[in-house]
Order: sequence, then C-alpha cells, then structure tokens
Amino acid sequence: MPIESSAQALVPQISIRNLNFYYGKAQALKGINLDIYKGKVTAFIGPSGCGKSTLLRTINRMYDLYPGQHAEGELLIDGENILHGNVDTIALRARVGMVFQKPTPFPMSIYENIAFGVRMHEKLNRSAMDDRIEWALTKAALWNEVKDKLKQPGTSLSGGQQQRLCIARGVAVKPQVLLLDEPTSALDPISTGRIEELIHELKSEFTIAIVTHNMQQAARVSDFTAYMYLGELVEFGKTDDIFVKPKDKRTEDYITGRMG
Amino acid sequence: MKLSTKRKAVNFFALSMSLAAMAFGLFWLFWILWMVLDLGVGALKPTLFTEMTPPPGEAGGLKNAIAGSLIMVGLAMLIATPLATLAGIYLAEYGQRSWLGKVTRFVNDILLSAPSIVIGLFVYAIYVAKAGKFSGMSGALALALLAIPVMVRTTENMLALVPNSLREAAFALGAPKWRVILMVTLRSAKSGIVTGILLSVARISGETAPLLFTALSNQFWSTNLSEPMASLPATIFKFAMSPFADWQQLAWAGVFIITLGVLILNIIARVMFRSSPQR
Amino acid sequence: MKNSPSKSKLGDLLFFNLTRAVAMLTLLVLAGIIVSLTISAWPSIKTFGFGFLTSSEWNPPAEQFGALVPIYGTLVTSLIALVIALPISFGIALFLTELSPTWLRRPLGIAIELLAGIPSIVYGIWGLLVFAPVFGEHVQPKIAETLGEVPVIGELFSGPTFGIGLLAAGIILAIMIIPFITSVMRDVFELTPAMLKESCYGLGGTTWEVVRNVVLPYTRVGVIGGVMLGLGRALGETMAVTFVIGNASLLESPSLFMPGNSITSLLANEFAEASPGLYTAALIELGLILFVITFIVLSLSKLLLHSLEKNSGGKHVG
Repeated sequence: MPIESSAQALVPQISIRNLNFYYGKAQALKGINLDIYKGKVTAFIGPSGCGKSTLLRTINRMYDLYPGQHAEGELLIDGENILHGNVDTIALRARVGMVFQKPTPFPMSIYENIAFGVRMHEKLNRSAMDDRIEWALTKAALWNEVKDKLKQPGTSLSGGQQQRLCIARGVAVKPQVLLLDEPTSALDPISTGRIEELIHELKSEFTIAIVTHNMQQAARVSDFTAYMYLGELVEFGKTDDIFVKPKDKRTEDYITGRMG
Repeated sequence: MKLSTKRKAVNFFALSMSLAAMAFGLFWLFWILWMVLDLGVGALKPTLFTEMTPPPGEAGGLKNAIAGSLIMVGLAMLIATPLATLAGIYLAEYGQRSWLGKVTRFVNDILLSAPSIVIGLFVYAIYVAKAGKFSGMSGALALALLAIPVMVRTTENMLALVPNSLREAAFALGAPKWRVILMVTLRSAKSGIVTGILLSVARISGETAPLLFTALSNQFWSTNLSEPMASLPATIFKFAMSPFADWQQLAWAGVFIITLGVLILNIIARVMFRSSPQR
Repeated sequence: MKNSPSKSKLGDLLFFNLTRAVAMLTLLVLAGIIVSLTISAWPSIKTFGFGFLTSSEWNPPAEQFGALVPIYGTLVTSLIALVIALPISFGIALFLTELSPTWLRRPLGIAIELLAGIPSIVYGIWGLLVFAPVFGEHVQPKIAETLGEVPVIGELFSGPTFGIGLLAAGIILAIMIIPFITSVMRDVFELTPAMLKESCYGLGGTTWEVVRNVVLPYTRVGVIGGVMLGLGRALGETMAVTFVIGNASLLESPSLFMPGNSITSLLANEFAEASPGLYTAALIELGLILFVITFIVLSLSKLLLHSLEKNSGGKHVG
C-alpha cells in the first residue's frame, strides 16, 4: 500500500513483504505487506485474535521458542531478511527490544535487571555499566524514583514503575527497534499516561512498534497506524488519516465502535 | 414422598460414614503423635546429645547416631541437589514433549514410590559387595537415590509454575537459553526448589530400610565414610526390637527427635511454598 | 567488545546436553537396579529355578530357599491394608471435597498429608510397643469371638492372640497408606467439572447421589490409579511391617493372627547377617521379585492416572 509522500523523507527500518504466519496448520497472518519507518511510532490495532501481536512477535523471532510455529515471506530489517534460518536470533534480539503486556521484572535487583541484558552483548567495566544503567533509567523516566534503591528487588516497585523498568531494560541494550506489546493494558490511567509520554520521547532515538487495543492510545502516540482483521492488513497509513478518513469500511466500523 | 425420604436417609447414612472415616483417620494421627510426645518427651535428656549409644543395661545417649544421620543426609543432599535440579530443568525446559522427557518423567515417578529397601539392595550390589564392607558413603548414596526422584518432581513442577512471559522477556533481550534458565527461570522458582530440598530431607532422614544393607550401624563414634556408620533410624530399629527397657526408652527419644524434625521440615516447606511470589 | 554469538550457542549446546545426560541417569538407575539385582541373584535363580516361587521352605543352614512364605505374607498384609484403607480413604476424600466447611478443608488436608510424612519407623515402633499389646489383649479376642465363629472365614480369625502377626501388620500398613490414597482421591475428585455436579444437583440430587452418579464414574480411572499407588506403597513398605509381623518363616495355619514374614521384613531381618553365596543371592532374588511386582503395580497406577489427567486438561495428580 503506497503512502502519500510527505515533506519529510521516510526511511523504512523494517520492510515486511508477503508475510504468512502459521500456528501449526492454522494460518494467523495472511500476506502482510508493510513498512515500519525509522524514528516513527507505528501502532497496530484490531480486534482480539486479528494477528497484531503475532506480527510483533515475528519481528524479533519470538516464535522460535515454540515448535510448530513458523513464518514465510520476507521481513527485512535494514535490508537483511531476518526470517532466514541462519539468522543469529540472539544478535537479532539485541537490535530489536520488546516490552510485554504485564511487567516482567526478573527476580533480581533493579540494577541487575538492567545489567542482565547489557551483559549478554557487551563487556563493560563497573563505571561504564553504572553510567549505562543511569542512562537507561533516565530514558525510561525512572531514575529519580529509584536512584537511591538500585539494590532493591525489581519486584518491590509499583506496577507502573515495573513497566518503566522493563522499558529501561530494553533500552539499555541500545536496540534500533522497540516492540511494545500492549504495554499499558495492566496499568492504571496515571501510569499509562507516563508511559505514553515516554513513547513520545523515545521515538527520537528508537523506531517503535506498538500493539494496542486502545484506539485513543493509538491516536495519541503513533505516527502511523495499521488496522488488522482476521490475519490480514486491512488498512495502513498516517494515523491522522486513518482516524479521520478511513478508506476501508471495516476500519471505519472498528474505529467508530461498531465492531470489536 | 416415600421415595424422597429413602433417598435422604441413604444420603444421611453415606455422609455420616464419610464423617466417621475422617474421624477414624484423625484418631490414628492423634494417637500416634500423642504416644510419640508422651513417651518421647519422657525419654528426653541432655545426655542424648553428649553420650554414645550404650551396650544393653547401661545409660547412654544417641550422639553417634544423630551425627551419623546428619552426615549421611547432608552428603546425600549434596549429591542429589545438583543432579535432581539439572534433571528437573531438562524435564521442564527442554523435554516437555520429547520421547526422552516422557519416559524419564514416568520412570522418575515409579522410582519415587519404589520400595526403598530395593534401593538399599541396589547400592549393596553395586557398591558394598564390590568394596567388601558396609560404609557411611554407601548409606549416603542410597539416601541420595531416594532423594533424587522427590526433588526432580518438585523442581519440574516449580519451574512449570514460572510464567512464560518472564522467559520471553529474557529471550527478548537476546539472552541464550541456558542463561535464561539459570539466571531468570531457576531464580524465580528458588523458593519452590528449596521446598523440594526440605521435603527430600524430611523423606530421607526417616528412612531405615536402605541403610540396613549399606551403612549398617555402628555402636561407636565414627565419622569415617568408608566404615560402617550409625544412624538414628537404624539405632531406633535395633533398640526398639530389643527386650531392654533402657534401649527402648532411647528408641522413643530417637523417634521423638525424628518425628519432630520431619514435621517441622514439612511445615517450613509449606510456609515457604505459600509465600513464594510465583504462586 | 561484543560477545560472539558462537560462544552463546556453545553454551546452549553444552547446557542442554548436560541436563539431558543427567535426566538419562534416571533411566540408567532403573536399568541398573534390574541388571545388578539379576546378576547378584543369579546363583539362586540358577539353583532353584521356578521352584523358588512355589517352595515354602526357608532353611539357611541347609541352603534350601523358597519364597512362598514371604510372598504370601507380602500379598496378604497388602490385601488387608487395601481392604481397610480403601473405604476409609474414600470417606475422607469425600469429606474433604464435598462435606467439610471450607475453613476446615485446608487444616484437615494438611493433617492427612502430615500423616503421610511421618517416617515408617515411627509407625513400626508405635505398632510394636503401643498398638500390638492393646490389639492382642482387647481387640483380637473380640474378633475371634465374632468373626472367628463364622463358618469358612472363621479359620482366618482363630488361634492365639499375640497382638503381632499378619493382621496387625496389615492394619498398620492400612494406616500408612490411607494418606496416600486419600490425597490422590481428593485430587481426582476435584477434577470433576463443577458444571457436571451442578447439573446433577440441579435435578434435585443429594450429595451422595452426585458422588455416586457423577463424581465416581467421572473419576473412576483415577480412583483405581490411586488405589494402585497405595498398593505399591504397601507392597514395598519395610519398617512398619517388620516391627509387627512377627518374623516367622512358617505357613502352618491360615489364621491371620499368626506371625509371618513379608519379603521386606525377611530382608530387613536377615540380609546383613546372611552368609555370602546362595543365602545372599536368594535374599536378593526376593528383592528382585518385589521390585518387579511393585514396578508393574506402580506403572499401572501411573498409566491410569495419566489417562484421567489427559481427559481433564493436564492437571497433574498423584
């Protein structure tokens, strides 16, 4: 689907071509074609089971963990097809970070939670690691709240803080892309607001793809929106266009609340 | 009208029998615990922990038996813990659906309930008969073989309780599987695994049968693992079966110590498991 | 400096193979038990052949060994235990799942599980020094006066009332296996879908009718599995039996009041003092027989429980 050209040049970071995805024999994604642009926030919306989370989990090959799930087609990140069997998933996941529905702090201290991912990919000395952790926590707008209790367990934080800790953990590895899978669905409105502000600030440095069931959220935080239904990409375009003048009847029905 | 009266009567009878069965079960529990308490506390004295097991007709304690039990149980857990944890990891993280995983789980469940005396015979056949003498080491080995299935089972169950989202979060950071397991999954299941260790200790510290053909017993103080070694259960067995009142009294003291220890371990294990965050 | 991907792949490969090797150790132990016991028992297997199972002579000085008496003792005590434990366990499980007020369920469940945690030697010493004297003095005479007078089965309840003997051993075993059977039964009863039970209650069924017509048929396989598990435990139990069975390798009277021997009690009493050679080999052959019997019983139990679990969404019981 072509996008109307705009003043600012759009550079695709991720290009998805003819992507099919299968859970065993059941097909969950059907011929997806889509570009995710560098430095932009792309939101995926659609009713439950439409394949939006599946698509997100294809981008960092999370499906590799489960036998029987497989993808066909092309998913290019900076020109490299990451669906190839010989792609190093560990290195891939260093480039593509992910934050989940529910906060997932590891059973270790706040400091160690963030250092865990960094140590997988880089050898830093003590002071460089300290700097990196402060940097990541600052990026996640959490530094001021936790700087005096870095040794405390990550699970001692509140739900909203835990989710920001998980964002900091993802950011600390310095990925190019950040995948957010309904990151605020388990949070209260105030925490949700803080995470949304954070997404705004992070997009200057990271390409962000977010799955959400909350349409207002998609409208607030994203530059581009993709509407998916039954494993197909129905409509993709600038968020303003999708929400103001959707081209497809199905998109319009969903957005105006007649479906889903 | 008549039919419903009959049905109600049958129901009342069945439920009364159920209540009676419950009372019957509790009756034995309380009778046994009461006798252990009554006769055991009466036999408790400080010399139990400072004097050796005596010849018949003399006063003495259980020092060497208690020490032997502690040594063998400790050594058995040192052998069993790493092995059982690794096997539990295989079952929970790698082999859920594989052929080997299924067979291993099945065999482990059988060994969990297999007669402990046969484990004693097995260690006798492969170790004691070859070494030519009974030894504390072979006793510890037999106890380890009894502890492993208990721990494999609990470790697998506890790892299975760790939410998958936590594993995915670690994988999403680009962590290789072995580090995900060791640093994240295993740590999350820590309190559950400690529960398994406590339950195993409770199980093996009362085991008598497998020690009879391996560690045998020893009337004297010995910490030499290549010599026969005394243990609390084996000493209780010998003393309780004897006609001597002194020995029988020491046996009751030993029973009290073991029962108390096992019950406390069971209760700690329960409390630990309940306070575990992953539940 | 970036960590190389091949290093983490190597780590994964090593760790996977390490855990798999240890898991295989479990299979090795099983094979080891069968092979090593067969080898050690070989002199006896070779000398007595199949006759080992049918001869009741156990005469160490003459080097004549037959397993009939201990096999009989093992089977009879386990059978007595099962006959007593089965209805009791069923009643307790019924009480815990359907009758008990909710606040009482947990403490009672824990009490029953604690009963399972008490080491068997405690049951043994209690059985010998507390239970057997009371049993011999007050209970056995009454059994002899009542059941002992009934034709045919009266034979089983006659003779001197020592307290200790096959019947006492069976009763102690019953007390030991009640918790095991109860907890399996409770777990499988809880697998019954609430909707099924509610449908029966909805038709005006009483609690007992719901249990008889819905819960029991639905969980039948699991209940049998639980009973087999208890049987497996009873067959292999050593200390509780050794203390009270009386340790006599005789088979003179059918009376359950008589002292006897089980495979486990014979092993516990004689093995450490047995002379090497045929005597030891015969005892090890007994152990092998016991292991094979319990292996079959426990396998059946696991298969039954497993098939119930599969039908009810993979909840692990037993």
